[in-house]
Amino acid sequence: MNERWRLLLFVLGALGVAALYVIAFIALPGPDPLRDRYRLAINSRTVPEHNATDAVTAVNFDYRGFDTLGEEFILFVSVMGAMALLRQAEEKKTIELRDAIDASRDVPGSTAIRVWVLAMVAPKVLFGFYIVSHGQLTPGGGFQGGVILATAPLVIYLGAHFKLFKKIVPHTAVDVAEAIGVAGYVIIGMLAFFWGGHTREFLTNVLPMGKAGSPAASGTMPLISLATGLEVAAGFSILLYAFLQELLTKEKPSEQPEQRPEGHA
Amino acid sequence: MMPLQLLILALVAVAGTAVVFTREPVMQPVGISFFGLILALMFMAYQAPDVALSQLVIGAVGLPLMILLALARLRRHDE
Repeated sequence: MNERWRLLLFVLGALGVAALYVIAFIALPGPDPLRDRYRLAINSRTVPEHNATDAVTAVNFDYRGFDTLGEEFILFVSVMGAMALLRQAEEKKTIELRDAIDASRDVPGSTAIRVWVLAMVAPKVLFGFYIVSHGQLTPGGGFQGGVILATAPLVIYLGAHFKLFKKIVPHTAVDVAEAIGVAGYVIIGMLAFFWGGHTREFLTNVLPMGKAGSPAASGTMPLISLATGLEVAAGFSILLYAFLQELLTKEKPSEQPEQRPEGHA
Repeated sequence: MMPLQLLILALVAVAGTAVVFTREPVMQPVGISFFGLILALMFMAYQAPDVALSQLVIGAVGLPLMILLALARLRRHDE
């Protein structure tokens, strides 16, 4: 099928989709009191029940906390998958050359970038911690704060060398941090098994609710927020670390695989 | 719909079309980053700041970063 026929087919299809889209858009229901029932129910319950003023975070970490746990595991598993793929190539290089950085590729940023990085790293880290710790009070939460925190090492790499990046996010430290984040979420959920009273359901909010407007309010929510922030920041840093290491280390010319000595199983 | 929301939706449409019509792989992350920024503004205009925060970092920083890293990796293999 040559190009003109393909274009004609696409235009016909696009016209059909556009017509259906316009019809559907016009037929959307207007504002109707019954439609907002869930929103009204949530908005009226978050402060009396949990002292949480950010309803979105209350839904994320408390009412639908199990779904958020699933999302954390999705992020964890995808980082694991990327690591598995990237580490496979690392087997071909010998251990000595793993840390040899290819100098022609690892170029630091220009002076303008370095000045900007110097000015922005501290506000980034502070802002990230603020967003994570005030999850139940203002828009934000664990995930948002975690990704903001993860941009700090990235920006340091942009301004400086990969060696500095490696010193700031050592491999074992971010691995452990990610594991603590994921496990922490599950352990906080299991607290309900001991202190849940008669319900004993996973992820019930069992810690004291505190005062509305304080960062220590809403029971388990700030703890879950911290665990999520840790996990997300560490996950992104691991991903970045693996990609950069794969990209910037010298590639040894492939050598013969080691000959198995005779007589051994 | 308020005029602000209409304006932002028009910007989203324009930016999306621009992303689709960018052919060079090296130039695509720039368009995607800008598109991510406009989407974050759209989420803000529709009063969803939590989503806007996530979208801003992931769509304007994370996604172009991954694309550029993948491109650099491929280019290195071709050398």
